[in-house]
Amino acid sequence: MVHSAKTGHPGGDLSSADILVSLYFGVMKAGGSWTASEDRDRFVMSKGHCSGAFYSVLAEAGCFPDEWLDHYMKPLSMLNGHPDRNKLPGVEANTGPLGHGMPIATGMALAAKISGASWRTFILTGDGELQEGSNWEAGMTAAHYGLDNLTLIVDRNRIQQGAWTEDTIRLEPLADKWRAFGWAVQEVDGHDHAALLDVFGRLPFEKGKPNCVIAHTHKGMGVSFIQDRPEWHHKVPSDAELEAALKELQA
Amino acid sequence: MSVPSQLFDCRDAFARSLEEAAAADPRIVAVVNDSLGSSKMGGFRKLYPQRLVNVGIAEQNMVGVGCGLANGGMIPFVCGAACFLTGRAMEQVKVDLAYSKSNVKLCGMSGGLAYGPLGPTHHSIEDLAWTRVLPHLTVIVPADPYETEQAFRAALALDGPVYLRLSRMGVPNVHGEDHRFQLGRATKLREGRDVTLIANGTMVCRALEAAQQLELEGVQARVLNMATLRPLDTGAIAAAAEETGCIVTAEEHSIHGGLGGAVAEAVTATTPVPVRMVGVPDAFAPTGSVGFLFEHFGLTAAGIHDAALEAMRRKSRKC
Ligand SMILES: Cc1ncc(C[n+]2csc(CCOP(=O)(O)OP(=O)(O)O)c2C)c(N)n1
Ligand SMILES: [Mg+2]
Repeated sequence: MVHSAKTGHPGGDLSSADILVSLYFGVMKAGGSWTASEDRDRFVMSKGHCSGAFYSVLAEAGCFPDEWLDHYMKPLSMLNGHPDRNKLPGVEANTGPLGHGMPIATGMALAAKISGASWRTFILTGDGELQEGSNWEAGMTAAHYGLDNLTLIVDRNRIQQGAWTEDTIRLEPLADKWRAFGWAVQEVDGHDHAALLDVFGRLPFEKGKPNCVIAHTHKGMGVSFIQDRPEWHHKVPSDAELEAALKELQA
Repeated sequence: MSVPSQLFDCRDAFARSLEEAAAADPRIVAVVNDSLGSSKMGGFRKLYPQRLVNVGIAEQNMVGVGCGLANGGMIPFVCGAACFLTGRAMEQVKVDLAYSKSNVKLCGMSGGLAYGPLGPTHHSIEDLAWTRVLPHLTVIVPADPYETEQAFRAALALDGPVYLRLSRMGVPNVHGEDHRFQLGRATKLREGRDVTLIANGTMVCRALEAAQQLELEGVQARVLNMATLRPLDTGAIAAAAEETGCIVTAEEHSIHGGLGGAVAEAVTATTPVPVRMVGVPDAFAPTGSVGFLFEHFGLTAAGIHDAALEAMRRKSRKC
């Protein structure tokens, strides 16, 4: 998709793919007939730049036909570079500017609490994204209101746009930060489906606390020449690179 | 102009100017938001690693830090994608920079529709409306590399906040090397008596192209490059209204609140004449490349040409 659109964010797409697959096919009431239901679980793709992975999973989950993926970022496409909920079924929130998802997800979880609904809210952020203050403002709100129906997953691939997070603006000790903000925190290998399903199966981690899953991932997972390379944040593969990458991913 | 001459990315001229100025003035610092590459700050970082502050992905913080650096005697150039730099940090821009009269230079990269298919979140077609209403804030939209260099120097020489909006789209040189950019003054690129085309940034070369086409049709169009949006050259606008009787504005921005809005405000206050605005209408852009979007919204020489004829028709209907 990124190759055909000649733009996109392949590194972050590949780091979050396993998390998205686990959530949509093993955890959430989402996709298929749930898409239009008021009782669906809510998912906020706060790292909206990774629309390539997100749209692929939404299509697989039956939110819209697979063929639409061919129109990724093409003129007048429903599949904009960043998700637009007014264009694409299954998208809950318009994201792209980092740091918007957490307040929105907190509002969703609050709505469920206030109305006594049983659906849950999940949100995926990047790790560099956590440098935006809005995440921490929402983090305080969610803890204050005891939103144990809210789960934040951090795609901890350790790389942001220009460099490694710890060389840019340090995030560590990240788990301690969320604990200090009143969240229950679990860490997991973000590419191990069984481990992910196990962690999500234990929700809520503690009654009365919002949940944070720090998913340790690799940016560009599965493709040797993309994996853990900051320059692949928004690089577009050449024809030869695409072929090599697909070979490695299918292996 | 019809044979496109070499195209330049104004961010290169900006980065060069910043590096040069920093060699002479140790107070110059750059502040970025994980935007080293898109702000073309790689060279600056190599030369002056101590004077580059990367606050991470945190625009409100970035502008506030800029305010503090200025208070401490530095001259910060705060650089980030125009959409986030203005949109996300708007209150910091208003209070910490404009209201406080802080000597901070905001450099909005890739303004307008430059991000193409990344969509409305990344387009910056509201930034001029947001910034030009703030007292004390100087707003400049240069049209080519020469003007970018000179606007940079004017911003540096000014003791106060400036918003410099830079494009990543290739533009030809519309000015000769003898061009002298004057802050707050429009540059007359072409004389004419039938209609005035007022443009800024990436639309200046398109306005010139439209004027050439109009000339072939016997219409003499005046072309003004209104690189400074605030303070506005109201004298040049009043003269255009009086002498040509109608105006077309062209900008890579919403038609509401930017250059078109500023010109309309000035014209209604002095010499009301028909004003047609070329820009993005009241809509979030559909998905598409930047080239597609320019065509889609008529941000083209042809679009300006047609608007000029329409403005002239309205003028004659009035008489
Ligand atoms: C408010 C805001 N500032 C800057 C950007 C530009 N940007 C897009 S992606 C990105 C890096 C994101 O890094 P991270 O959150 O770690 O995401 P991932 O590694 O999962 O791709 C940046 C700075 C943006 N989208 N939004
Ligand atoms: Mg990351």
